[in-house]
Amino acid sequence: MEDVFELAGNKYRSRLIVGTGKYKDFAETKRAIEVSGAEIVTVAVRRVNITDPNKENLLDYLDPKKYTILPNTAGCYTADDAVRTCRLAREAGVGNLVKLEVIGDDRTLFPDVPATLDAAKILVKEGFVVLPYITDDPIAAKKLEEIGCAAVMPLAAPIGSGLGIRNPYNIRIILEYAKVPVIVDAGVGTASDAAMAMELGCAGVLMNTAIASAKDPILMAEAMRLGVEAGRKAYLAGRIPKKLYATASSPLDGMLS
Amino acid sequence: MNSVFLFFMKIKINGEEKQIAEGLSLIGLLESLQIRPGRVVVERNREIVPRDSFDATALAEGDSLEIVHFVGGG
Repeated sequence: MEDVFELAGNKYRSRLIVGTGKYKDFAETKRAIEVSGAEIVTVAVRRVNITDPNKENLLDYLDPKKYTILPNTAGCYTADDAVRTCRLAREAGVGNLVKLEVIGDDRTLFPDVPATLDAAKILVKEGFVVLPYITDDPIAAKKLEEIGCAAVMPLAAPIGSGLGIRNPYNIRIILEYAKVPVIVDAGVGTASDAAMAMELGCAGVLMNTAIASAKDPILMAEAMRLGVEAGRKAYLAGRIPKKLYATASSPLDGMLS
Repeated sequence: MNSVFLFFMKIKINGEEKQIAEGLSLIGLLESLQIRPGRVVVERNREIVPRDSFDATALAEGDSLEIVHFVGGG
């Protein structure tokens, strides 16, 4: 059986979306992404250092023909800044997919949900395919879907915290409500967190720090690939219900008397 | 010698004031900064300059440019 992840009309084999920040160098970034099996990768938009324009560019290592490039609006604290960043990103010519994040506070990096809604409205109208980062709030998710976002991306825990899924019940409610893909974005720490997101029924998982800041990023990239695959298969297979008491695995008949 | 400076104009690039040759085109500026045009997006006075207009865009005194590209991010 082929299990395909559909996002904005495109089909993907991998349900793992990875970031490109915090790696030692571009070569490590490239290797980790290859090993992760990810087909969608996030990038940030920043000023070129004009006094020392680095000859190497991230896109020299990530072929946009091979990967779907997902520019983010990380670091934007207003809807205006986020919209401006998305317009710049689209001009780079790698498509109209954007990861919308409007940050509300620099300590938690939690999203400013009203500002995210404002920005999403403008971006959807301008033809962007908007993937918004939000808190694990089913109502925010519902509103963003109604606006026309192509997916909703609730956080598992604060960005870079590695705490894993703090509120699986909210993620379940978001999943029940949503008709668009639900992608857990941010807060994953290790492979079991990724597996848990998939077991809940999420369409995908997005992560960066958990891989890039692991002691061995390449090995962790592989672990995350396997975690996502394992969790997805477990979800499709249908787990057994949890019971308080034991049920014997071996036959009760034929015992020695 | 000082007369050379008459042919310069002040613009802002990524928040920094710079003096550039008068009448320089955007593509000329990028070349002088050793920036590959195919890898950047440019905003001039808050308006995006399409890449195919880099050639035809003559910079003017007081212009404010933002030159951005993709970097690693999550």
